Order: sequence, then C-alpha cells, then structure tokens
Amino acid sequence: MKFLPSQQHLSWGRVERPWQDVARPAWLAEVDIRAAANGPKQLLVYGLGRSYGDSCLNAGGALIDSASLNRLVAFDRDSGVIRVEAGVSLADVLKVAVPAGFFLPVSPGTKFVTVGGAVANDVHGKNHHAAGTFGRFVRAFELWRSDGSRLICTPTENAELFRATIGGLGLTGFIAWVEFQLAAIPSSFIAEEVVRFDDLAEYFRLEKESSERFPYTVSWLDCLATGEKFGRGVFFRGEHAKDGRYKVHGAPKAALPFDTPPLVNAPLVMRAFNEVFYRRHVEKLRSHVVHYEPFFYPLDVVGGWNRGYGKKGFYQLQFVLPEGQEDGFTPILKAITASGRGSFLAVLKRFGAIESPGMMSFPRPGINLALDFANTGEPTLKLLRQLDDMIGDAGGRVYPAKDGMMSARNFRRYYPQWEAFAAHIDPRFSSSFWRRVTAKETP
Amino acid sequence: MNILVIGATSAMAHETAKCFAGARPNFLLVARDAGKLAVVAADLRARGAQAVELLEADLANTGECEALVAKATAHFPRIDVALVAHGVLGSQADAQGSYAAAEALLRVNFLSYVAVLTALANAFAAQKSGTIAAISSVAGPRGRQSNYVYGAAKAGLTAFLGGLRNRLAKDGVHVVTVKPGFVASPMTAHLPQGPLFVPASRAGQDIHRAIVKRRDVAYVPFFWRYIMLIIKAIPEVLFKRLKL
Repeated sequence: MKFLPSQQHLSWGRVERPWQDVARPAWLAEVDIRAAANGPKQLLVYGLGRSYGDSCLNAGGALIDSASLNRLVAFDRDSGVIRVEAGVSLADVLKVAVPAGFFLPVSPGTKFVTVGGAVANDVHGKNHHAAGTFGRFVRAFELWRSDGSRLICTPTENAELFRATIGGLGLTGFIAWVEFQLAAIPSSFIAEEVVRFDDLAEYFRLEKESSERFPYTVSWLDCLATGEKFGRGVFFRGEHAKDGRYKVHGAPKAALPFDTPPLVNAPLVMRAFNEVFYRRHVEKLRSHVVHYEPFFYPLDVVGGWNRGYGKKGFYQLQFVLPEGQEDGFTPILKAITASGRGSFLAVLKRFGAIESPGMMSFPRPGINLALDFANTGEPTLKLLRQLDDMIGDAGGRVYPAKDGMMSARNFRRYYPQWEAFAAHIDPRFSSSFWRRVTAKETP
Repeated sequence: MNILVIGATSAMAHETAKCFAGARPNFLLVARDAGKLAVVAADLRARGAQAVELLEADLANTGECEALVAKATAHFPRIDVALVAHGVLGSQADAQGSYAAAEALLRVNFLSYVAVLTALANAFAAQKSGTIAAISSVAGPRGRQSNYVYGAAKAGLTAFLGGLRNRLAKDGVHVVTVKPGFVASPMTAHLPQGPLFVPASRAGQDIHRAIVKRRDVAYVPFFWRYIMLIIKAIPEVLFKRLKL
C-alpha cells in the first residue's frame, strides 16, 4: 500500500481542498493497517466522498481510498443477508438486491455512498420512524486496528467496539467488510402520495397521520417563504407497491463535469424554483406509482450536482431538535428564512423513537431539517454559528456527516458522550473533523 | 451461458464479468494469483453466477497457453464468450533500456495473446459459434515515446485480431477488438488521473455491451474513436516533435 500526495480527494461541499497522502489499495490483501500506522501520518478511510464537510477529510494526514475494495463477499438470496467489502456502494448493493426481491433496510438520500460510510455515519432515511437507522441492520463487520488486530464485531461480540464504530465517523479503525440484513419487498416501485401543506401546524398534523400509515415519509420545506407563506411545503409519503416488479435503477442522466458559476444559490433562481415546485403540487393530494429512483434519490439523476454551487462550494446544515421542542423550531426556521441564504431544497423529516445502536449516532426522536448554504465566506459562517447556537440552546444536535464548521463547544453540547466514545478511537486514526471539534477552545 | 475469462483478476475483466453475472452464467476464471481469484469468484457468485471455476496460470509462460485452452474446452462443452484480458503496462524506461525487458513486455502483451487466441480460434471454429473478445489498446495505432513497446504489442494484437475476425466470420464466430483509453484501475493507479480517465466499472459496461452487440472494434469509452482519428491524422513530421 503506497501513499502518494494528492489534492483530488474532496468532500461533497468542496469548501476545502487539502493535500493528503492517498493510498488506493486494489485488494483487501494489500491493506496492512499496522504498516500504514507506522508511517508518520494519521489514517482515515475515504469512500465516495459524500460527507459534506470535513469528516471524510484528513488534511495533512493520510487517506485510504476504498474505491477498489468493492467486491461482494456473499449474498444469501433466501434470507437477504449480504456481506460486502466496505467500499461497495449502496447503488451496487441495489443492483444485486432488487432483482432478488430485496431493498436496502434503510437508505439515505443518495445511493452513491459506500456501505462502510453508511456504517460510519449510521445513516438514516425516509423510514426512520418505522425502521430506525442503518446500524440496526448490521449483523457483523471486521475491524482492522493499527495494533494489527482484526476483530469481528457484532452486537454481542466486541460489542463496545461495535457500538463505537456504528456512527463512529471512521475513527475506530479500518472496516474490511460488513454483513447486513436486506429488507424483502413486494415491488421496487413505490405507491406515493404527495400532499401540499400551508404551514407548520398542518405539517405536524399530516406527519402524525402519515407516520402511522406509511413506512416512508419526508417533506420539502420552502425556506424562502415568509409572511403568510411561512412554513409551507410538500409532504411525500409512500410504501412499496405490490405489483411484483423488480426493476433496477439506471445510470445518471446528466452530469456537471466542472464547477459552474454559483447559479443555484442566486436568491431569484431559488425563489423561482420553490414557487414552481410548490405550484406543481397545486392539487392538495396526488397519488401515483413511481420507481424507487425518483422517490429515494431525486438528486442522483444529475451526477456532480454539488458543482452547481461554484468554486467556493457550500455548507449543509442538518439538525434535529428533541421531541417537545417544536417551539424551538420556528425561531430557527425564521432565522433561516430571514437570512434568505437557505437553499431551494430543505428536507424536513420527523425521526421516530427507535433507538440508534451507535454511541455517536445522530438521529434521535424529534424534528429534523437539512438544507444547503452556498459558501460566501464570513457571512455564511456567521449565520451558521448563530443557528448552531440556537440548535444547542434548544437541546438539539447537528449531523457530523454534513458539518464543516460547528464549534468544539457546540460539538460537546450536542454529543456529551464524546469522551466515552473517544476511548474507542484507534490512536492512529483521525480526521479533519475530529481535530476541529476536539480542539482546545480559544477564548 | 459459458464464459471463459483469462486475466480475470484485472479490474476491467472483473467489471465486464459482473455485467454478465445477472444472467446466471457459468464462469471459468483464469489468473495468476489464487487469492485474488477467490475474491473475484465470491463476488461473481454473490452477483448470481451459476457456477464459478478457477484455474491458476501464468500467461507469460506462452508454452502453457495451449494446454490452458485445452483445459477450458474440456471444462465447457461449448464456450459462448471468451474474454482475454490479461496484461501488464510495464515500464517504458526499462523496455527501452534493455531488450530483455522489452521482450518480457511483448511476451505478456502480445505473444501470450497469440498463443491463447490461436488455440481458442481453433476451438471456436470447430464449435461454429461464440464470441471472442480481447483487450487491445488505443496505444497501438501510433507509436509514442512514452510507451511504444507496450503500444507495439497492442498494435500487433490489433492486426492479429483483425485477421482472426476475418478468418472466423464464415464460421459464425465473432471477434471483438476492445480498445480502451485511460481506465482508472490498479494498472494505471500510479499515473496522474486526468479528465479522460473513466472508472473500470464504466469500461466493463462498455465491453459487455460490445460483446452482446457483436461490435467489431469497440473504443472504450466511445469518444476514443474520435480522439484516435485526430491522432492518426497528425503528419509524422509534426508527430515526431510532440511530447507524447
């Protein structure tokens, strides 16, 4: 395994472009964590670079790029148990699972993440209220540590490391393979209902009614709407159709191969988009059957859409406020709409009560919002710092996988268990994110 | 469907085999390294392959290639697809410094193909069906200072495959000349990855399509056909002064 300096490994937000020593092992047999750890630099595994901030970066350190560690190890078509190398993407899992009548037990909003990344961030999806996080379906994985040990971790074997690695941001060691349980489905198509709502009160009513009846729910919120239109949006809810069709997704239809001028954040463009989007769902309720691709992965259709934010990149903020803090939600949303800096796409989802298995897992019961902010430097950071403080004051937390700027103080407020977690970190692993949020506070 | 893959642990060959796996074929995989072969076999089984058999062989031993093909034809009563994809990029510096290094490169990238393809062609001519695909390269048509020994091997292979296609057409046997451009794979991991690089998965999909659609010459990806038109059109007087 040879490490060469490279500046090509970015995170999805493309704000930072650090130099890192990168190894691209072609086979698991080439990966020698103990030897790599004997080098001068701290290690981190890099998957598909879909983390938005710096949790997948290791500025001045070393990265192990897992792109070629993408082989399936075993797939039981009867039980739906699959074992894969950690660099396998969810898109690749779907290609094998869907024709056999299975689906991901939990899917994030893009299928272009690795299984290792899904574990390291304990990802969640539209079925959080019904199924919990991805980590709940992980049966086992093998963790390679810098002391040369290779540990099989399951909910009962090396259970502490199992809990630390799920949602552990890749800091507990190198995940060689992951075994998880797929979900049997009656169809790869989704019977979807799209419902318009005019304010947050209506949203909460809809949410309550829908989460009992539908395994998948999510909403888009118009973050630019103020005054009477404040809190309007569109609610999506769905379940697998029952038609026995098992069709796999296709390739992306278009791609942005270079950084465009920052068009997508121009306020007028965003306002127009939201208006059109809201109008499109002008009927109160529309129902239809759609393939899983547009339902789960609407943005995957345009490869490299992140480049639409221009050279300076963008930040994403995703946070959850605990149950009972709905009152804290409105002032935060008002601060976002007043700034006019929010993206056209704000995703709103209420997390359910199913406990996450990871020590550092982000999801907890409550209201969860995610949206982008084009990076304009200090004004963007000032707004995000203000929002981070409000989230902390309301007892909420921000999602590390999306974060590129939270302060060490807020991190410790969001994740008071961080020191217990830190005891499980491999001493030779680190990330830009981890160094940032554990840095000594400067007064 | 019976598929023979020679050089099965190469990223391009594996990615091509993956595209076939959903159709539940039988594979016979040939490569040097038993450990890597086992990894590829497990992957193809998980993806749906009916049966996967393995054969260890070092193709650089051209004397063993005939026996290798004999084992394959003994294993499969009929071979529907044979993909020949082994090879090494080698070091141009070594190859221009010593004949021994150049010969080693020609042996793996050209002579072993001749040895395997001669035996395969005769087997396919006898069964009067099937498709043979072999990996040549865009490095072939024009010798460049940065890799002309590798290029010479691939140029020879391209000519050989053209002749084979011509010879076997009357028997209903199809021959695909695959000409990849820059493919991101372990073979090219040490090179700076410019904008023309495509992932091995994309190359595999293109090769799969070329085999299924019985293309004669497949550029991978397609745009290399046009790049090569330009490269071939540059007058030698000019070409020899370029840093290529």
